[in-house]
Amino acid sequence: MADARKRLDAMATRPIVGAPLKHDSAEKHVAGEALYIDDIAEPAGLAHACLGLSTIAHGKLLALDLSAVEAAPGVIAVLTAADIPGENDISSTHKHDEPVFATSDILHHGQPHFAVVAETREQARHAALLAKASYEEAPALLDVAAARAAGSDLVTEPLKLERGDVGAALAASPRRLKGSMAIGGQDHFYLESQISLAIPGEDQDMLVLCSTQHPSEVQHMVANVLGVGAHAVTIEVRRMGGGFGGKETQANLFACVAALAARKLKRPVKLRPDRDDDMVITGKRHDFVVDYEIGFDDEGRIHAVDAVYAARCGWNADLSGPVTDRALFHMDNCYFYPAVRARSEPLRTHTVSNTAFRGFGGPQGMVGAERFIEEVAYATGLDPLEVRKRNLYGGEGREITPYHQPVEDMIAAEVIDELEHVCDYRARQEAIRAFNRQSPVIKRGIALTPVKFGISFTATWYNQAGALVHVYTDGTVALNHGGTEMGQGLYQKVAQVVAQAFGIGLEQIKITATTTGKVPNTSATAASSGSDLNGMAALDACETIKARLVAFAATHWQEKPEAIAFLPGRVQVGAREIGFVELVKAAYMARVQLSATGFYATPKIHWDRKAGRGHPFYYFAYGAAAAEVAIDTLTGEYKVERVDILHDCGNSLNPAIDKGQIEGGFIQGMGWLTTEELVWDEKGRLRTHAPSTYKIPVASDRPRIFNVALLEKAPNREHTIHRSKAVGEPPLMLAISVLHALSDAVASVGDHRFCPQLDAPATPERVLDAVDRVRALAEAAR
Amino acid sequence: MRESVRFLLGDELVEITSCDPTRTVLDWLRLDRRRTGTKEGCAEGDCGACTIVVGRLDGGQLRYEAINACIRFLPTLDGCHVLTVEHLKAPDGTLHPVQQAMVDCHGSQCGFCTPGFVMSLFALWLNERAPSVQRIEDALAGNLCRCTGYEPIIAAAQRMYGAERERDRFVAGMPAIIAQLKALVDSETISIGDGACQFYAPATVGALAELVDTHPQATLVAGATDVSLWVTKGMRRLDPVIYLGRIDELRAISDEGSHLRLSAMANQIAVREALAGISPQLDEMMRRFGGEQVRNAGTIGGNIANGSPIGDLPPALIALGATLVLRKGGERRELPLEAFFLDYRKQDRQPGEFVEAVLVPKLPADALFHISKISKRFDEDISAVCGAFYLTLDQAGRISEARLAYGGMAGIPKRAKAAEAVLLGRSWDDAAVAAAITVLAGDFTPLTDMRASAGYRLKVAGSLLRRFLIETTAPETGTRVAGLLAEAAHG
Repeated sequence: MADARKRLDAMATRPIVGAPLKHDSAEKHVAGEALYIDDIAEPAGLAHACLGLSTIAHGKLLALDLSAVEAAPGVIAVLTAADIPGENDISSTHKHDEPVFATSDILHHGQPHFAVVAETREQARHAALLAKASYEEAPALLDVAAARAAGSDLVTEPLKLERGDVGAALAASPRRLKGSMAIGGQDHFYLESQISLAIPGEDQDMLVLCSTQHPSEVQHMVANVLGVGAHAVTIEVRRMGGGFGGKETQANLFACVAALAARKLKRPVKLRPDRDDDMVITGKRHDFVVDYEIGFDDEGRIHAVDAVYAARCGWNADLSGPVTDRALFHMDNCYFYPAVRARSEPLRTHTVSNTAFRGFGGPQGMVGAERFIEEVAYATGLDPLEVRKRNLYGGEGREITPYHQPVEDMIAAEVIDELEHVCDYRARQEAIRAFNRQSPVIKRGIALTPVKFGISFTATWYNQAGALVHVYTDGTVALNHGGTEMGQGLYQKVAQVVAQAFGIGLEQIKITATTTGKVPNTSATAASSGSDLNGMAALDACETIKARLVAFAATHWQEKPEAIAFLPGRVQVGAREIGFVELVKAAYMARVQLSATGFYATPKIHWDRKAGRGHPFYYFAYGAAAAEVAIDTLTGEYKVERVDILHDCGNSLNPAIDKGQIEGGFIQGMGWLTTEELVWDEKGRLRTHAPSTYKIPVASDRPRIFNVALLEKAPNREHTIHRSKAVGEPPLMLAISVLHALSDAVASVGDHRFCPQLDAPATPERVLDAVDRVRALAEAAR
Repeated sequence: MRESVRFLLGDELVEITSCDPTRTVLDWLRLDRRRTGTKEGCAEGDCGACTIVVGRLDGGQLRYEAINACIRFLPTLDGCHVLTVEHLKAPDGTLHPVQQAMVDCHGSQCGFCTPGFVMSLFALWLNERAPSVQRIEDALAGNLCRCTGYEPIIAAAQRMYGAERERDRFVAGMPAIIAQLKALVDSETISIGDGACQFYAPATVGALAELVDTHPQATLVAGATDVSLWVTKGMRRLDPVIYLGRIDELRAISDEGSHLRLSAMANQIAVREALAGISPQLDEMMRRFGGEQVRNAGTIGGNIANGSPIGDLPPALIALGATLVLRKGGERRELPLEAFFLDYRKQDRQPGEFVEAVLVPKLPADALFHISKISKRFDEDISAVCGAFYLTLDQAGRISEARLAYGGMAGIPKRAKAAEAVLLGRSWDDAAVAAAITVLAGDFTPLTDMRASAGYRLKVAGSLLRRFLIETTAPETGTRVAGLLAEAAHG
């Protein structure tokens, strides 16, 4: 009894929401007991599928001889487009431009044109290589420059954002400059590759266990391909081994092929591509070329920006529309442009279809914005951080974004000032300049860059979520919602919300796998929105149940409803305190419903894409990072030595999980801007299709000094779940500080008089090229 | 002949009598034994999600090593003690200190890489008491995590040493495991297959020589860090396979006075230790050789015999003037290492011949030696360019001997003969380097590929000579980005 009391007291003093609790699966992760789809006990009769891929990037498929594939050991069936009972299309934006299997047109190297099903995965992989395809090859447009030169079409309608008269403002600007920046793509490199396990049922039912961020979309795609109603298809996912946007639409193919094979064979079928195939087949972050013209003055104030954002979008539209839109939504970062015009150019190329990736275009837009700042700084001779500050939103008439939404919650200036002070920025900058003067080979650099990231899906209808909460008569709770768990800790955060709502312990809550059978019509777990949306929906379900319990208790114990409260570990009913279990048992006996759905739709937001106007974001998340690097001017090698971060999570639901998102997002962003380089050869073959050639950061790449702090006492001004802020994507863009620290180090070889114009990813080769370029400029100016 | 493979899986004695020679340990664990804690992330030994810990007898002692299960062939486990992530929890469900530290430090997010990290940390925990941060980073260089950014995992690696070690059941159980493994040792050649392909594992060099002579078409397997990819990625079937890992004498390293004799199966960890005495720069390069799992599995003989144009050891050994010992039956022949590499993936190895040892001359006190490895990512990456240089100066300070060996600049590891010729007779100074750089373009026509452009390779090949000059003539000048922070902290 005393123990129980103590526990209750502890709970009372330490609220569950806001506590730095461990990930709900942490103990299973470290023991190898967390089940991913390939770990689940295999159903009897399981067969394995493997995709057959095109060996050219562009052309016509003239003939496909699959006889050797069919004859290979262990092969049960070979599937082509002819085997599809429904529609041969998995276009997520319903443009009908993404066949499951290519039939005639081959549009990228590695495009699937058939699947083989065999008794073992190894047999299927061997058999798939035996296909004999003949092609009529056509020239392949592989990048932005080639697509532009050939007048390639756009995969989707471009977007234009415009405010003020840019032409006039540029003409009136005291100074102007033009430039161009290339920004590379990125492979998601989720550690668990794509996987689906399809299990056929009676009638035309199909259950697919799928590693996806978007079960509802997979459900619709499978139904569409099989030619059945959505009600016949159930998609389930307990956890993914990483997603990062790469499993938002890219899981569709694998789920559909597995389901197609399962339907045809009436056997369960698993499809897990080899890592190399996964990287060759699936979409990646968009590469961009940003062409810009900036008008500014000698004080470093920007007067006007006119920029075009051309993106390699790959062979189909996929999410390239919303991704390139979001690049434009972030072409301002934290800066006010008095006159602005931004246009997107989503170009079709003969490469994998670029897709969602953490930040969803926002990072590329923001990298462009920081380049504008840097150009102005070097042109005026001002310190880049000073130029950043002078151009921040804020002040009379300086709060309207290029999309005409006012920035109402601007705190970037405070965040920058605090970080600058805490990390001793100015003194270190001085020390670095002094170091560089006496170090001929190694040069160091430092930069501080801010982040402002808009939170909400710009597809407004996506900003909804559902939840399902069951309270059992022993007081335990089963929690389900539309959000998926990919490591970001969403399940844990929502469970914390539910535990606090009922005043119960987390051990009383069972977090159940996301399934379209429990919560329908869900949105992708994307756009950082997972806990904002699903936390609110789950809370709504809890409030429904609590309202019923309160009404019941008021009657049962003859108290006013106001006298009933759910406290940590107990329920107050007037003067008495009873256990939660006692209450639900009594309620059950009185035939009170102890299960409820919950729903949430984000308020305030609207967006008119044609007009380029609206209020697409509910709020903004902020942060800033200061990075310090050393470069070797002989080889271009570098090291990120120290990073300080101050990030805004509002009132964090779980500061430990949020810190993990900040650190992990930062390192992932750093990888994108430094060593992660996607290389296609002249035939359109991806040469970096495995970790041996595609280099994501390893442990020693993280800065040895890595100070990460959450902004304190900064509740979200909007009424989000417990006043928290979304944290999945914004920290990725803190890594732009690394690109600019490298640039600062490069600039030192020209005495900081020339803008290094360092493109991304800043591989050692690009750093060395920039060093040579700046040296040549300095030499010429002598 | 023994027609079975025997090893310990935890405390279970496993005996296998039929097996595809190239069945991977990972597939066996996951598919045959349904032990799914060990994950497949890449199937090529680059991500570490499949890391397990394998103990083997080494001079009567038990040596535990983290290895990649995805590129280890099952029958090569003969005589080993195999531990997977499922073994770590105590029978009462208590997490091992390594696991608990990972939980306490929030070291997992999606959790897919986590079992691999846990096993790499477990190997470190078993072998070392108080590793530095640098050492922890090295031990984890072969493990990729895409979620955490590594900081909490490094923290866990420091926190895991809190618990009392001697009472740990793995430490306490070592004598019993040693006894069990010793009971499995014999000098029989193993012969096992699946009816289609055959696997041999001799226990003596003599038996090996005989086998290779009998099966000149056989694929010789050492650490399998490259050969395994012919299987997992190239979808090749290998028959027969001759595995060299059971032969203790082939792991020997001996000091022969003027030179070191490194036997073919010495792994990269042992090679690093041996070469550290020759040059601290060699030690630094070997520290960055692959990831820890690859350093544990990979061997000097494999690195050479494989003939990769970018294997990092050959340029170093060529610059040092190493000699290769090849053996066929009872016959041996020696040749300068550089002469072994004929053309892209083509070596001077006759049918029935195998690499037995490498003889590495010790560095004369007055010789200048330098090695640099330049890669896109600092750790666990393949070189864009690797340069290894050896110079001697005469009494007058003129260059009397020069060996400039490069990897990544041609289809084979190759010397820059024109640049060497230019250096001879000159003083070791700026003018000499500038002259050498101008002729490098004649020595090499490097490729542009995913690692670097031809232009970058050529530029860096020259830069490395400049770095060599600065480091030997103005050593106070900082020339390396790694380690700079430590300097700064002290300065």
